[in-house]
Amino acid sequence: MVAKNNTKNINITFENISKSFGVVKANQNVNLDIYEGEILALLGENGSGKTTLMNMLSGIYYPDEGNIYVKGEKVNIASPKDAFSYHIGMIHQHFKLIDVFTSLENIVLGIESNVSKKQKWSYFFKNFYKKKEDRETKYIDRASVKDARPIVQEICDKYGFILDLDKKVYDMSVSEKQTLEIVKTLYRGADILILDEPTAVLTPIEIDKLFNVLRNMKNDGKSIIIITHKLNEVMEISDRVAVLRKGECIGSVVTKNTNEAELTEMMVGEKIELNIKRDEPVNPVDRLIVKDLECKNEDGREILHDVSFTARSGEILGIAGISGSGQKELLETIAGLIKGSSGEITYINPKTDKEVNLRSKSPAQIRDLGVRLSFVPEDRLGMGLVGNMDLVDNMMLRSYRKSKSHLVDRKKPTELANEVVNELGVSTPSIHTSVRKLSGGNVQKVLVGREIASHPKVLMVAYPVRGLDINSSYLIYNLLNEQKKKGTAIIYVGEDLDVLIALSDRILVIGDGEVRGLVDARKTTKREIGLLMTKKNEGGLDDDK
Amino acid sequence: MMTNKLFKNKEPLFHVVKRTDIPSWKAWLFRGGAILFGILIICLLLLIMKGANPFVVFGELFNGCFGSSRRTWLTFRQTALLLTVGLALIPAFKMKFWNLGANGQILIGALVSIMCMFYMGKAGVNDAVIIIVMIPLSILAGAIWAVIPAIFKAYFDTNESLFTLMMNYIAEGLVAVFLSAAVTSGSGTLDIQQAGNLPRLGNDHLLTIIVSIVLLVVMFIYLKYHKHGYELEVVGESQNTAKYVGINVKKVVIRTLILSGAICGLVGLLLAGAIDHTISTTTANNMGFTAIMVAWLAKFNPFLMVGTSFIITFLGRGMSQVQTRFDITNDSISDIAIGLVYFAIIAVEFFVSYKVVFRKKAPHIEVKEQNNLVTETKEDK
Repeated sequence: MVAKNNTKNINITFENISKSFGVVKANQNVNLDIYEGEILALLGENGSGKTTLMNMLSGIYYPDEGNIYVKGEKVNIASPKDAFSYHIGMIHQHFKLIDVFTSLENIVLGIESNVSKKQKWSYFFKNFYKKKEDRETKYIDRASVKDARPIVQEICDKYGFILDLDKKVYDMSVSEKQTLEIVKTLYRGADILILDEPTAVLTPIEIDKLFNVLRNMKNDGKSIIIITHKLNEVMEISDRVAVLRKGECIGSVVTKNTNEAELTEMMVGEKIELNIKRDEPVNPVDRLIVKDLECKNEDGREILHDVSFTARSGEILGIAGISGSGQKELLETIAGLIKGSSGEITYINPKTDKEVNLRSKSPAQIRDLGVRLSFVPEDRLGMGLVGNMDLVDNMMLRSYRKSKSHLVDRKKPTELANEVVNELGVSTPSIHTSVRKLSGGNVQKVLVGREIASHPKVLMVAYPVRGLDINSSYLIYNLLNEQKKKGTAIIYVGEDLDVLIALSDRILVIGDGEVRGLVDARKTTKREIGLLMTKKNEGGLDDDK
Repeated sequence: MMTNKLFKNKEPLFHVVKRTDIPSWKAWLFRGGAILFGILIICLLLLIMKGANPFVVFGELFNGCFGSSRRTWLTFRQTALLLTVGLALIPAFKMKFWNLGANGQILIGALVSIMCMFYMGKAGVNDAVIIIVMIPLSILAGAIWAVIPAIFKAYFDTNESLFTLMMNYIAEGLVAVFLSAAVTSGSGTLDIQQAGNLPRLGNDHLLTIIVSIVLLVVMFIYLKYHKHGYELEVVGESQNTAKYVGINVKKVVIRTLILSGAICGLVGLLLAGAIDHTISTTTANNMGFTAIMVAWLAKFNPFLMVGTSFIITFLGRGMSQVQTRFDITNDSISDIAIGLVYFAIIAVEFFVSYKVVFRKKAPHIEVKEQNNLVTETKEDK
């Protein structure tokens, strides 16, 4: 059905693939070819159906309509196991590794070994009383691990992976885990690799490394599909780009013949200005001073160590770092959700110039002190909002306590909900729809709208544009800039370094719960921040490593 | 090369999809249909076993519930009691605190009432005084029985289901201890108590019904319009959100369980003081568990619970009449029949939340766009 090509063979063909979840059409009549020895970028906004499409290729979902052809042959991929039998492997955003195993054991795990069923059961019955992890560690067939070592080593050498085969997964960085996942997939014989947002968790230097091995793999004739929404990476790595919009395949273009603006237009369906405006801060004064803040988690491990910084009014302070470096804990400690073990968090009241220490105060106490602190947490539906409640009840979360009556007053929250819906353009059937049913962007608008409504003096936002489409993202940037103009001190925790550099005034880089540096966002580069993020601290405490 | 020997022709015939958009009238139509379906199966069962005319069976179901004015009153009273226990459970359930200890909380409330009646009655205390003492004490007893697991849950994060469940057996044990101390006759059953009976309003049943109606309205307002109701819902949905907005989670858990237990204690008071006038280890009649179903089937909506508690009472009372009518000596037949209806009611929830979709064949459309691309790639190389 598709013309044969002399230079490249078609590896995979999607034919009229459709998939819907309830009323949501995740994919609609998608037609797409994937060739041997190419890197295809699957570009699209969140919710455009990229991951769903790939999940159908890797056997996680089954298409409602349409067919998939592998090397010209019609196939039914009903499970990930089927996918592997067609040499298709997917590396998910969340890694599926076992922490207590070494790299090599993880690679071998799950592959049928020569051990008979009888031996397996007898092993199980002899050891069933042991802890599951211990049982499984010993259960791995030692012989197959030994056999695998040279093969895995060969794969690593061939493509240039740097992987310590005897390192346990819990000792690994995110980047190492990802490498391990790729090697694991290759070991199982994958010729077609799907990577779901592989760069989301990596630093710029790690991204370079990843791209190098991907190129090596491509030259070896493997097909690689990268799911992404980052344009600069698409331009850098891919040979061809397929753009999805609202579940439909808009078309595919050769990367060399296109540019970022054109791709954005294909992705969004309209022309979009991709510049974030940044005004000079207007007479900034210190608003929140954090000094030598330390904080421990439930196990008594130190998460924040000697963190000091100052947030100034009318300024956006960006916080950059590898995910899990203590950003979440830092904001939650300031908001009073985690008790800091030592140090000071000083809030300077703009009206009275009085200083109050917020450390070890509960959120209720902080509010009663008259501190105007707003917090947009990372986990929107799990912390910032209540998913099963409607917009009105969610608006009420912050304010219901103010009235003296025993009964809740829904009049003002209703007004606020209407205001947020109108001003931020939240698309919702009504203000009595539960927030869970809204899309990610609209959920975030509701949350940010509520937090801004209390006229904060300090506004903390954690990953506010994660999962949002381009239009919504820019709306959030504009809202933050408006707050900045009003003199709010904004602390912005972000993952996209390009955005951090374009939006913030200063950027605080943290790593392993420590401050690694403070840079002027107007003068810094991605590379500088990337280096700071991964910098090993000299003579540091790092005792848990 | 390809190892597709196994999967080649194995295309799944249908798959199950979650419904997101079912209108509520349709959902309730499904549920109503399930009940009818269940009853039809009962009829069929009896037709096969006893050759019973289905219409007679149907008639007897109603006859058992409304056949005489006494039966009607009893049906309403039983519904009211079940509803009240359900009302006690929903604040805890909305908070995702799985209180399985309503039985014990009822029993302990009843025990305290009976003890007041028994000992104070023996001492010749005035009835009014007994009543004034026993009302707060039995409510308090129920509350204490519920708050003990709540405190452990709040401070030590113990498993509330197991804890409340075990409290049931302790309550039963305490009743047995009391009975062995109070009953000297050797029959093991306590005589009907004459002292300290709650006032009769017209007949033996009206008091219970009025209490349940009052509680129904109060509970509806509490959950929907009171700040406490709002807070407990936030805690139930997400403890992180509750902490984030500054709700004291421990306080809410304990406060809610005091309320839940107090209502159960009140049910115990009604059972002991107005209905049974005696006590045994089975006084609670498993209402603590039946009410879990009442609450869940009504999706924790107080007004819908009137309906669910009525249906459950209706089936129980109706089936015992059917059993008498057709000389079924084996008690388990009626249990099996009721079980079948419950099964239908529960099974229909699958069809309310999911639908089965059959795979459509894709139309064959020639792929043109890609062909151009292939040539493009060729030219680039």
